[in-house]
Amino acid sequence: MRYLPLTPEDREAMLATIGVQSIDDLFLDVPEAARLDGPVNLPLRATELEVERAFARMAKKNISAGEAAFFVGAGAYKHHVPASVDHLIQRSEFLTAYTPYQPEISQGTLQTLFEFQTQIARLTGMDVANASMYDGSTACAEAVLMAARVTKRSKAVLSGNLHPHYAAATHTACKYMDIATASQAPVPGALDDIIAAIDEETACVVVQNPDVFGRVHDLTPIAEAAHAKGALLIAVVTEIVSLGLVKSPGEMGADIVVGEGQSIGVGLQFGGPYVGLFACRNDRNFLRNMPGRLAGETVDADGRRGFVLTLSTREQHIRRDKATSNICTNSGLMALAFTIHMTLLGEKGLRQMATLNHEAACTLADALSAVPGVEVLCDSFFNEFTVTLPRDAAAVTESLIAKGVLAGVPASRLYPGKGLDNLLVIAATETNTEADIDLFARALKEVL
Amino acid sequence: MSQTRYTKDHEWIRVDGDTATVGITAYAAEQLGDVVFVELPDIGKTVTQGGEMAVVESVKAASEVYAPVNGEVVEVNSELESAPETVNEAPDGAGWFVKLKLSDTSQLEGLMDEAAYKAHIG
Repeated sequence: MRYLPLTPEDREAMLATIGVQSIDDLFLDVPEAARLDGPVNLPLRATELEVERAFARMAKKNISAGEAAFFVGAGAYKHHVPASVDHLIQRSEFLTAYTPYQPEISQGTLQTLFEFQTQIARLTGMDVANASMYDGSTACAEAVLMAARVTKRSKAVLSGNLHPHYAAATHTACKYMDIATASQAPVPGALDDIIAAIDEETACVVVQNPDVFGRVHDLTPIAEAAHAKGALLIAVVTEIVSLGLVKSPGEMGADIVVGEGQSIGVGLQFGGPYVGLFACRNDRNFLRNMPGRLAGETVDADGRRGFVLTLSTREQHIRRDKATSNICTNSGLMALAFTIHMTLLGEKGLRQMATLNHEAACTLADALSAVPGVEVLCDSFFNEFTVTLPRDAAAVTESLIAKGVLAGVPASRLYPGKGLDNLLVIAATETNTEADIDLFARALKEVL
Repeated sequence: MSQTRYTKDHEWIRVDGDTATVGITAYAAEQLGDVVFVELPDIGKTVTQGGEMAVVESVKAASEVYAPVNGEVVEVNSELESAPETVNEAPDGAGWFVKLKLSDTSQLEGLMDEAAYKAHIG
């Protein structure tokens, strides 16, 4: 394939067509402080050996999750992913397969997507799930856009205990679609009074369970209040393993469930790629208003079972500006990893895994609340909870690093300037040992 | 006495007094392919000539169905919910979409008659 470069005349014509003066104008959304004002400060050349040494020096400055007693959560969780998952997803048939647009050569991919969708629908208690989104935060944004389409209303109420990154992603998407998103103030250790904020103009309420501070809620009253006003309940699950023990959002009356599948099969991966989950009821016109890819089961001309991408008229390549979303992909490889890991676990394995998580968190909560000055805020949690410390949590976690403990996420990182500086959000999973927990409690006592 | 008129976008309208039935032509149905879903407007909705009135979806495309004239939706063909294929089988008859109460019958003058429509689709 030849390379055909653009001429300055080509560029001018294109800029004139879209109505901007210069290419720099296309970057106006990037904050001034983040823009380069010259070439990147890199040496012109270096040998392979010099490059290796330089990167090794830089890497040594990191403490990876595996090298410390690790208790960091707040949207991404450290779980054990069996080696078999990585081994299977690296098979070239899976790793290099493209989007299954041609079903006749993609039955393997389509079948795994169908099984993924089935798993997500069952876990969340919903009727239908799509073949995945980019991640939980964009899935959340898409759910609000869908609720606006279905209800024909343009107001969304976001719980104060929804992960702030999810709220920010939702706000960004809604800003350009004339949907007003109102975030309540965070209420660590309890539920914000979101029911009071629902009225006849509300398209949806978005509530996270367990919430960003770790608290587990009964969503049923919220679902009922929303439905009474003709609004939808969108439930957000950032720790999918919680559904091994916590009641599913579907059972509690949610209309759409979104979340992050990272905890199963995927690992921390420096923040991505992750796998967004999207599921909903098969009510009224929900199915036709869903974003994302849908794998469907059908029969071929000879009556044999087969799988295809279906309901494609929702998507951008057919519906253009009237499409349900501009996503034209899914997180295929991560969805596959999720499906493999979930298949290996089974329902029984997931429940066992969830129980181990909860027990680790309970043991940790007991150990930490025995430290003078430390108070556990959440009366009900799964594998994550928030504590109040007698002083600034960010400073405390900094001091704990030297003692080999990565203690959690200070609430000031999630909600800067909201007076929550003494709060620390802590997660414990099946990967935390008793030794880790002992170390954390002892080190915290020393530091405080 | 009913008369059928046609729009450039392949809708037909058959008038009976001050109400009219609207559907899509056999040509449009054939172009679309197998219709799998029809999104019909709410009863009571006001439509304006050229405005979106309904959506027809086939396996490969989704198209807007536009109102041929101004009016109010008084009836919709709910049979199409369970049997969208009727649009392909009987586009001029049982596959009708919407019945409108016309607010301006003079708008019909500007629409094509059968001969003009046949010429239009070539």
